Amino acid sequence: MTCLHLLLTLVFAVSLGTPVEIQRPRGVPLTKKQFYEESKPFTCLDGSRTIPFDRVNDDYCDCKDGSDEPGTAACPNGSFHCTNAGYRPMFIPSSRINDGICGKMTLHLDISPQQCSMHGMVLHLKFFLCTDCCDTTDEYNSGAKCENTCKELGRKEREVLQKMAEITKEGFLLKQQLIEEAKKGQQEKQSKVTDMQENKKQLDEKVEALRTVKETAEQPEKEAKERHLKAWEEQKAAIRLEKDKAKMAETFLELDDNADGFVSVSELQSHAELDPDADGTLTEIEAQGLMGGAEQVDTSTFESVWPKIKDKYHSESQAEEPAPVETPPDEVKEPVVDNDSEPYPEDDISEEEDEDDEDEDDYHEDDDKAQPTIKTPEKTHEDEEAMPPYDADTQALIDAAQKARDDFEEAEKALREMDDQIRNIEKELSFDFGPDAEFTYLYSQCYELTTSEYIYRLCPFNRVSQKPKYGGSETNLGTWGSWSGPENNKYLLMKYEQGTGCWQGPNRSTTVKLTCGKETVVTSTSEPSRCEYLMEFTTPAVCQEPANIDPSPHDHVEL
Amino acid sequence: SFGLWGITLLMGLLSVFFVCLFFSSAFAVDRGNFKTCDQSAFCKRQRAFKPGQSPYRALLETLELSDSRLTLQLINDNNKVHLLLELYRLQGNMTRVKINELKPLKPRFEVPDVLIAEPPTDLSVLSKDDNGVVLSLGAESQRLIVSARPFRLDIMEGPEVLLSLNSRGLLAFEHLRLRKDTNKEEDGLWEETFKSHTDTKPNGPTSISLDFSLPGVEHVYGIPEHADDLKLKTTDGGDPYRLYNLDVFQYELYNPMALYGSIPLMLAHNTQRTMGIFWLNAAETWVDISSNTAGKTVFGKMLDFVQGSSEKPQTDVRWISESGIIDVFIMLGPKPSDVFSQYASLTGTQSFPPLASLGYHQCRWNYNDQEDVKSVDQGFDQHDIPYDFIWLDIEHADGKRYFTWDPHKFSQPKEMLQGLMDKKRKMVAIVDPHIKVDSGYKIHNEITSKDFYVKNKDGGNYEGWCWPGNSGYPDFTNPEMRAWWASMFAYDQYEGSMENLFTWNDMNEPSVFNGPEVTMHKDALHGKWEHRDIHNMYGLYVQMATAEGQIQRSGGAERPFVLTRAFFAGSQRFGAVWTGDNAAEWDHLKISIPMCLSLGLVGVSFCGADVGGFFKNPSTELLVRWYQTGAYQPFFRAHAHLDTTRREPWLFGPENTALIREAVRQRYALLPYWYQLFFQAYRTGMPVMRPLWVDYPKDTATFTIDDEFLIGSDLLVHPVTEEGSRGVTAYLPGAGEVWYDVHTFQKHNGAQNLYIPVTLSSIPVFQRGGSIIPRKDRVRRSSACMENDPYTLYVALSPKKFAEGKLYIDDGHSFNYDTKKEFIHRSLTFANNALTSSNLCPDCNFLTSSWIEKVLILGASKPSKVVLKMNGKETPVDFEFDSSMSVLTLRKPGMNAGDDWTLLLQ
Repeated sequence: MTCLHLLLTLVFAVSLGTPVEIQRPRGVPLTKKQFYEESKPFTCLDGSRTIPFDRVNDDYCDCKDGSDEPGTAACPNGSFHCTNAGYRPMFIPSSRINDGICGKMTLHLDISPQQCSMHGMVLHLKFFLCTDCCDTTDEYNSGAKCENTCKELGRKEREVLQKMAEITKEGFLLKQQLIEEAKKGQQEKQSKVTDMQENKKQLDEKVEALRTVKETAEQPEKEAKERHLKAWEEQKAAIRLEKDKAKMAETFLELDDNADGFVSVSELQSHAELDPDADGTLTEIEAQGLMGGAEQVDTSTFESVWPKIKDKYHSESQAEEPAPVETPPDEVKEPVVDNDSEPYPEDDISEEEDEDDEDEDDYHEDDDKAQPTIKTPEKTHEDEEAMPPYDADTQALIDAAQKARDDFEEAEKALREMDDQIRNIEKELSFDFGPDAEFTYLYSQCYELTTSEYIYRLCPFNRVSQKPKYGGSETNLGTWGSWSGPENNKYLLMKYEQGTGCWQGPNRSTTVKLTCGKETVVTSTSEPSRCEYLMEFTTPAVCQEPANIDPSPHDHVEL
Repeated sequence: SFGLWGITLLMGLLSVFFVCLFFSSAFAVDRGNFKTCDQSAFCKRQRAFKPGQSPYRALLETLELSDSRLTLQLINDNNKVHLLLELYRLQGNMTRVKINELKPLKPRFEVPDVLIAEPPTDLSVLSKDDNGVVLSLGAESQRLIVSARPFRLDIMEGPEVLLSLNSRGLLAFEHLRLRKDTNKEEDGLWEETFKSHTDTKPNGPTSISLDFSLPGVEHVYGIPEHADDLKLKTTDGGDPYRLYNLDVFQYELYNPMALYGSIPLMLAHNTQRTMGIFWLNAAETWVDISSNTAGKTVFGKMLDFVQGSSEKPQTDVRWISESGIIDVFIMLGPKPSDVFSQYASLTGTQSFPPLASLGYHQCRWNYNDQEDVKSVDQGFDQHDIPYDFIWLDIEHADGKRYFTWDPHKFSQPKEMLQGLMDKKRKMVAIVDPHIKVDSGYKIHNEITSKDFYVKNKDGGNYEGWCWPGNSGYPDFTNPEMRAWWASMFAYDQYEGSMENLFTWNDMNEPSVFNGPEVTMHKDALHGKWEHRDIHNMYGLYVQMATAEGQIQRSGGAERPFVLTRAFFAGSQRFGAVWTGDNAAEWDHLKISIPMCLSLGLVGVSFCGADVGGFFKNPSTELLVRWYQTGAYQPFFRAHAHLDTTRREPWLFGPENTALIREAVRQRYALLPYWYQLFFQAYRTGMPVMRPLWVDYPKDTATFTIDDEFLIGSDLLVHPVTEEGSRGVTAYLPGAGEVWYDVHTFQKHNGAQNLYIPVTLSSIPVFQRGGSIIPRKDRVRRSSACMENDPYTLYVALSPKKFAEGKLYIDDGHSFNYDTKKEFIHRSLTFANNALTSSNLCPDCNFLTSSWIEKVLILGASKPSKVVLKMNGKETPVDFEFDSSMSVLTLRKPGMNAGDDWTLLLQ
């Protein structure tokens, strides 16, 4: 038991289906056979020392690099080569030799080539876990009854490879289309942006020109309107004075109950509403006070009493009528547009601009607002003093200015729209859609996966979300962050960050793993860590060029 | 359906509850949830008594002496209540002191099931006069003096007092009384309210207290579990150390608050002697420590010494418990190892664990489903990191109904377990003692029909909130209940279980989310006893019954493995303990050392802390350092909270994966040594992980060290526990001894502080000159894969060119070592230039395939020839000599590890 002799094994190497017998020490790959020559002392592959050949595979570790014990578990860093006829040759850590565990490989699509290459193997594609040998050669002295599963594995792998190759092939073709489309699209957009920028320049100039026109037209308009307004104000003041005088005379007559040409204290007292201290009665003293201390006043002295009572005075002719009840505002009352007292177009413009920011569609609905002065006379008030219409000259100036304003605004709006469009296209162009822009087609798309509980939604380059299937609000699982794959291909992973915060935890985030597929689909989601989601997503965009993949077992392996 | 609604409702309630629970505390314990001494009526009452003249008097005329014991009545002169004192001289240099009421109104609780047997007694010789009684104790001029007025006990050796009881007059025994006889309605005598919880106290005040004085003692240890330094601090001006098993959310470090477990054993040590005080009481207990030298500076002490005016240093201890009786075991050592075996003779030794459980354990709350388990398992193979156990936390069960599996996530448990078995690996699934109240749940229905639940004060089933929502708590103090519980682990009962499935008992303080201090109401009933009486041993019983279940399922053939969070004296007999819900902080890494050292001193060797820290996310550096530390602690398990990010060893880049791999590999290479130490712990009670003073009891420099430790006697470990550390200073003990760096074989002298520069890959470990450590340097996927692998012997020579060690081998998992003596136990000795393996158990019988592949002799000189003598034949052995480090390597001597042989250096 203690002496494990150097065992030379017969190894069948599969090469074009012709078995060839080649003798070499256990665990040594064909490519290294020349270093293990029975007739010569063995030099450790790192050159550190030379030992008699009978110390190769004698179950004692002499070389620091483990190269003297390729077929035993003696060296902690050794590796064992199995031919795995029918499947693929591989290296396993020598610690797995005779550990009693059979090579029961499981399909495992997740292994990246790097993880196996530490055992000396580099594979282009890797489907099965490389922990034990399927040909059982690693269990030659453990008593474990292992079955050779290489053929089965080989068959399965070929199937998988075939399928993958097909998918890759088709996927890669699709990818070419995607690249073409993306390129076309990109060029279009690029040239569109260029065009638009040219147009924008012109628009800029136009806007400036129209601004000058507008300002030029507005100056005479303003002056004419001011003139008109001033004249009207003067006229109004005269009318008001007239009316007041008439009212005063009428009041005097009403108050002068005995028509003696004087209004006496007692006559005044009949109007309790004139009570200055609001106790409900107009006392004699109070009435006298209102009349400036006189017992009675004639029409001319009444002129000095009138200003003190005119605001409170109720005409006797209206006293019997019910007080004018203001009609309560109807629910569907037409909007009380601009109050009559402010007929100034300047104000309207500023209002329009505010609204304009909120809703561009309203932009042209301002025609009726722009001419409030025309509409006001419709509303009948006791005050019949509507401003008279502008004279023809003034109206002509206003119309001219309005047209200049409209033209200017229209141009300015067009400019803004152009800016937005340029910005959007530039934003899209600024995304990293992959080395050949193959991911462009995912932009502004969304893909869903429904699980037993949730509907997951991936909108590439935008956000990931989760919504309970049976009602409930949506949870943001992250917004687009960056590509975050490994250094050699960062386009294999997408990172979405800063989603809805987790209670007592971080903000939710999602990693999207991209694999080659014909279809663009979310295939699975999981939450490996609390609030850190993993989404698997197939897309042709990551399909690699099929490098003459030959699905039969082959030796890419050892370098 | 109702069921679904019920669950939804329940989850809703639970989440509301958790919102409350979690919001009340932000990443530190909410101290307000737990009582201070002042808030615990009996503690406040007892602590109000100050040292002085004791009201107790011994009635010498009542003395009776039989072969095994002395009894004597005590009277309290204040209230005339009579107590009965029993004194036992126990075999192995121990004295037992029991004090109970002479005629209690009803029996007071005496702790069962902790002592492994009624301790055998020794004969005593008595002399007596009017003032007292003198009892001679064994051979060594040791006497126990009973003074009558006031009552006190002194244990003397020659002229020296070793220990006194009631010397400060703090004996206080609250006798049972009727409520109507209580003179004044003092607060907290018959009812006590803490926060919203009212404790009805139908028995009124029942507490007990006793003081102990330890002349000449400045260092006391033990009484876990506390997140505090190894050396106990004085409690003057603060709270006493509290022993009351509690589920403390996000516990704080460096304070005397109670934690998950309690072991009421204190060790007292000075250069002359080590003693132990074991206070056998399972009720809430507080321990006050004071010292006459505390607070004195080193300079002050020196001044005292120079002036000769120094009073002798002395430590005074006072124990206070809420109910039960006074039952104290005084262990007189004198050596540390004597105290360990004395305590082991009372409460038993560490159970001998299956070898695999000494490997690495991978845990997380939670591995989500079978696919997750599989991919983690494969991750270990891909990254070539060994592990033995993968763990499933509460989410694996169907709605937290233990003994079941989530039908979606773990639909094929046997398939999963078989997959692990194919790789010679194992699994642990959690089984907590709170049982979901659900009429569709078999376990609940059976417990209900058998009337096995703990009762509330009104006689109904006690219910509380825990993970599953409303839960019942089986009465584990009932032996019939425990037998039934054990039977639930039978393969046909525990569906989906297989022989590689083991168990984890969490929350067994017991944790009751809506109970007082997150535990059970003290007036709940376990048969005729109140929860108050048994609280601290509930967890012990849970683990006892679970371990028994695992033994029974194999027909008594296989060793169990059960991890527990709550524990009591004696828990060491049932499995492993971990330090509960720690956090990913450097201080928590540091505290893992004194916490496990304290447990080791009181019998629990199989101790570990969650590697990486349970709460929060560790930095990569902290995680690596924690693996390096955990690899050298007895129970080596990584664990993480549900809310943390994944932290399997390969998720931190290849460099860190390599560092973790290396740490785990060092653990696996040393498994033969760990296994042998556990065998020794099982046999003798010697702790596996020990403070330095245990092996260097006269070296005062070691007395307070708790940032480094020994594994057995032969490995000294000073883990790096500081962030960004560039070096550590390790104290290497032993004047005239040498230590070898296990990585470089560099030799260092003992009795020095050695500065060791470190990098992120460094784990400072030293092998004692004079020791031989067997290793298996061929590290494989799991410990079982290494079964037949050869050994390498690391012989570290003392300055006198001597070394010795032991090798223990058995099948690693069965009881055959015990029942059939199927093991190999060998002594390895290097003396006179010859290394010899001799049989320590000639009537043992075990065959191994393992052989000796290599022998490294550190500190050797170059021989001209090496010869293997075996079966009367001599064969030459190849060797190499490295003169720079004086390391002699014998190449492939090749003898079977079970054989007799000698290697001669000539």
